[in-house]
Formats: sequence, structure tokens, C-alpha cells
Amino acid sequence: MDRQLLIVSTLCYFTGVVHTLLAIRDRISRPRRFNFFAIGLGFLFQTAFLSVRGHALGRCPLTNLFEVFIFLAWSVALIYLLVGPAYRLSLMGAFTAPLVFALQTFALIAPIDVPHQARLPANPWLEFHASMSMVAYGAFALACVAGVMYLVQERQLKTHQLHSVFSRLPPLTNLFAAITRLLWLGFGLYTAGLVSGFFTGGPLPRVKMICAFGVWLFYGAILQGRHLRRLAPRRVAALCVLAFGAAVSVLWAINFVSQSPPM
Amino acid sequence: MNLFCVGISHHTAKVETRERYALQRSEGALRTESGCDEALVLATCNRVEVYGSASVAVATERITDCLVRGAKTVEDAGAFYRYEGGECARHLFRVVSGLDSMVIGETDILGQVKKSYATARESGSVGPHLHRLFQRAFRVAKQVRTRTEITRGAVSVGSVAVDLAVKIFGDLRERKVLILGAGETSERTARALNSRGVTDIRVSNRSFERAESLAAVVRGRAISFHEWPKQCAEVDILISSTAAEEPLLTPAVLSPMMRERTDRPLFIIDIAVPRDVAPEVNEIDGVFLYDIDSLQAIAEESLALRRQQIAAAEEIIAAHVSDFRAWLGDAGDSAAARATVNPRGLDEAAFRASQL
Repeated sequence: MDRQLLIVSTLCYFTGVVHTLLAIRDRISRPRRFNFFAIGLGFLFQTAFLSVRGHALGRCPLTNLFEVFIFLAWSVALIYLLVGPAYRLSLMGAFTAPLVFALQTFALIAPIDVPHQARLPANPWLEFHASMSMVAYGAFALACVAGVMYLVQERQLKTHQLHSVFSRLPPLTNLFAAITRLLWLGFGLYTAGLVSGFFTGGPLPRVKMICAFGVWLFYGAILQGRHLRRLAPRRVAALCVLAFGAAVSVLWAINFVSQSPPM
Repeated sequence: MNLFCVGISHHTAKVETRERYALQRSEGALRTESGCDEALVLATCNRVEVYGSASVAVATERITDCLVRGAKTVEDAGAFYRYEGGECARHLFRVVSGLDSMVIGETDILGQVKKSYATARESGSVGPHLHRLFQRAFRVAKQVRTRTEITRGAVSVGSVAVDLAVKIFGDLRERKVLILGAGETSERTARALNSRGVTDIRVSNRSFERAESLAAVVRGRAISFHEWPKQCAEVDILISSTAAEEPLLTPAVLSPMMRERTDRPLFIIDIAVPRDVAPEVNEIDGVFLYDIDSLQAIAEESLALRRQQIAAAEEIIAAHVSDFRAWLGDAGDSAAARATVNPRGLDEAAFRASQL
């Protein structure tokens, strides 16, 4: 039952992807509003899935890699729905829908939905730690999306190629402001997740801790470089993409290597 | 009911002819004198057109007699065109969509048509036929604008510069502009930026008097020429058009400046020939350099893109024309409606092609 909800959600995101591709092909339509509703609908089904799965598990559904991916996709959609319209970056949906679609499709296809052997006891601190970290990842993912948009727009302006399929991207300064805010939001949430990890009561896995601090330091360094104006916006945008790639790889590697529940 | 349009435009007559037909009297008077039941005059710098409806046929001469100021010449008669029924609707739909404009896809015409419609309506000259025709025309214009790319892209150097500035900075109201060298293109570009809300414009020129006079035109302030490097560090947009033989701005000059403002991009519009800014400057992070050739290339590309959209726009228009014809009840006598008079005796397809 819960997987069916997820399939419907994935189809919603797929509609957004198809609509964007058609808009790019025809060069006539404005995919913004449609994408916003497609993502909104997809988000509702994702939420329903997480709710059903959470009730079945009796805890926050973050017990295997499959659930981690879905929670990450849900976080990306959540941050997009909150941030996109607020900063008039609804075109971000054209980039967000493919990312969420890819995450969910991978999760559905890959054999990673392995139920955990033992029923894990509920631990509010552990669940807070895991969910905060995942929502932070959502903000970092959106910062990565905005970073890609910034790099594409900057490249177009530098090379004087203004009639490409991405000619409707938002202004550079708006994108950079969005990147900065998303980085701060993600960094704040990630810090909260990291700190709450110390209150979970259990032993702290050394490798996970080192990796988590590595990601925290990476994003901290980007923000520090931005704050001190040592990094040009283009470099900040490129580092956002790099940092998110590294963060997802670390997340994947930890869960894959340890074969243990992700929280 | 005869629904028709009689007019003269930039396609068929020079400005000297058009200005003699710019309406001097009220639409009410035109209606009485010509015998029309409804009448609306569209007079812009590029066209003078009368849209009318009457229960009996109204000759083109009666309309032109009402419009003319002074005596008619022999050539004048050949400059007027006439469209009837569905073809009248097609012509108006093309006009409001910007397909008949001098710059294809320009949007000012829609505002002008709306204003003419409002004036005629206030004077009581618009009845059910013209009301229906113009309401449909506004719908067509909106659809053409949203479903095609006919209005997309800037087609003049000034508007390209403004578009680029918006792509870099978004809102331009708080941006600072420095004009280096008081040339004509600089002035046009500064005016275009002015129209988008830029208020902080500084003008620097070797002749301070010239700087002052341009500053007055663009509502900016003049600064002495030796101050420009200092000003350059403060501004967001630099428009350069001096007569310098060697580049004034090189990477060696600009790199240290940009290191002090890493998160503030600098948009440079170099319209000088020979160029004032070394092309290598574009490689610096945060600097976006455009010379006159690149601005013109973008404008031409936009124009070409607009031309490509004509067929899509014509399709939308054709659907509405057929709908309107059905309402008019003249679908059956479309052959009669095609008895459109054009000034050069061309067939309709050739006439429209010549207009494009």
C-alpha cells in the first residue's frame, strides 16, 4: 500500500519533468506554475507514504537506505515549496522535479528497501537527530540546485549566449541570495541535528561522527568564505554543488558500508 | 452589417502622407459625416485606421474625406487599404499582436489600441460589433503574447543592455551607473536604464560641460574625468564610449578593484570604437563585458527569433478569425470579404508577405 502512494508521488514528479522538457522543446510555455502544483501534489503523496510507513514502524521512517532516500526527496520538496515562491524562484521547480524524481525512482528500483531485522525502540532524540539532518540535506540539495542555476546563468552571460533553453533563469543576484539563505538554513538545521546526536544515549559511531563533522566543516567553510567575502559568488555556487555531491556520497557510503540502520 | 477597416500605415505611406490623415475631429463627427453606425479611429505614429460598421456600404473615399487635412493628392488614394468582414478582424488581430508593426512583436501597440477603444467607447461610437471585435482582439493579443515568443528578447542596443542588467541584478532601482564618454548611444542606453528605475547615474567626460548637459538629460550628476577610476569601484554598471586610442580598462586595472567587491558584479557596456575595455576583462570573476558588436548580435538574434514565431502567431489568429466570422455570419461570403483593396494591386498572400 505505502509503495503505491510513493509510485503515485513519483508519477507527479515525472509529470513535472515531462512538462519542463516539453516547455524546453517548444520554447514557448512557462513551466513555473505547473511545476509548483506537480511538486505540491507529489509532496502530499510522499507525506502520506511517510505517515503510513511511520505508523507501521511506530517511529520516524528512517530505518533503511530506501527510507533515507524518500525522506531526502521529501525534504527537498518541502524546502522548495517553502523557499521557491518566497524568493520568486519558482523556476527552480524545473530543476527540483527532476532531482526528486531521480531520487525516488532510484529508491523504488534499487533493492534497498530491506526491513530492519529487529523492531527498533522509539527514541525521540534519535528521531529528531535523523529528521533534522535529512531536512538539512534537503536545504543543501536546493542550494545545489540554485548553484547549478547560478553557474548556467553566469556561463550564459559570460559567453553572450542568451537565447538558449535556459534563458528564463532568475537574475544572478537573486540566485546568489537564495544560495546564501539556503546554506544558512541547511547549516543551522544540520548543526541542530548534529548536536542532538550527542543526546541519543547510545554509543556514537566513530566513522559516522567523523563524516558528519567533515560535512559540517565543509559547509561551515563555504559560509565563512562567503561571510568574509573571500569567495566569489561563482565559487560559492560551484562549492555548493561539490559539497552536496560529497555529502550524499558520505551518506550513501556510511549506510552502505555499515549495513546498519542510518540513525 | 458591413464591418470594415480603412487605413494607411508605415507599410503603404510615408510619414508626410500619414500625418495629413491624422484625425482632427471627433469620432462622433466622423460617424455622422461618413454614415457609419459605429466608428473607432486608431491613430499612432505608424498608422491611421478607421474601424467601422454600417448597415449600408460606406465608400473608402467618404472615410478618407473625413480624415484628410488639406487637399488630397493623387498618390494618397493608392496608399489606403480596406479590409472587410473576417479580413478586417484578421487585420486588427495582426495589428494588436504586433505582427503588423515596424518592429515585429512590439507591445506598445496593444496599449494604443486599448486607449483608442476606451476613447471611442466614452464618446458612444462603439456599438455591439466593434465592441465584440475589439474585445476579441485583446484576447488574441494576450494569447499570442503568452503562447508564442513573439515579444521575447530585446531588439535595440539600449533594450538589450537593460535586459542584460536585469539578468545580472534583478531589480535595477538601487543600482549605480557610470557613463564614461557622452556619446549618443550612451545617452540612449542610459535613458533605457532610467526608464527601468535607475536613478543614480554619474556622467564623466573629458569635456565637463558635455558631461553636465548629458547628466541633465538623464537626470544624473556630472563628475570630473579624473575621478572615473574611483567611481568605477562604486558602480554596478559602466557604460563606456570615450574616444581613447588605447583601452582604459585592463585586467591590471580592474582585478584589484574586483577583489574588493567579490559579491558585487560589474556589468560593462563598451560601445566605443576602438574599444575602451580590453576583452580579457571578461575573464575576471564577476565582470560581464559586452561590446557594441555583441549587443547588436543579441538584438539581431532576438529579431530573428521573433520572425520565427510569426507562423505560430498567425495560426492563433486564424482560429480566432474563423470564430469571429462564424459570429458575423460571413463565413459563406468569405470570397467577397477577400475583396480587400491593397495599394499596390498585389494578391493578398503577396501583400501579407510584403508586410512581413
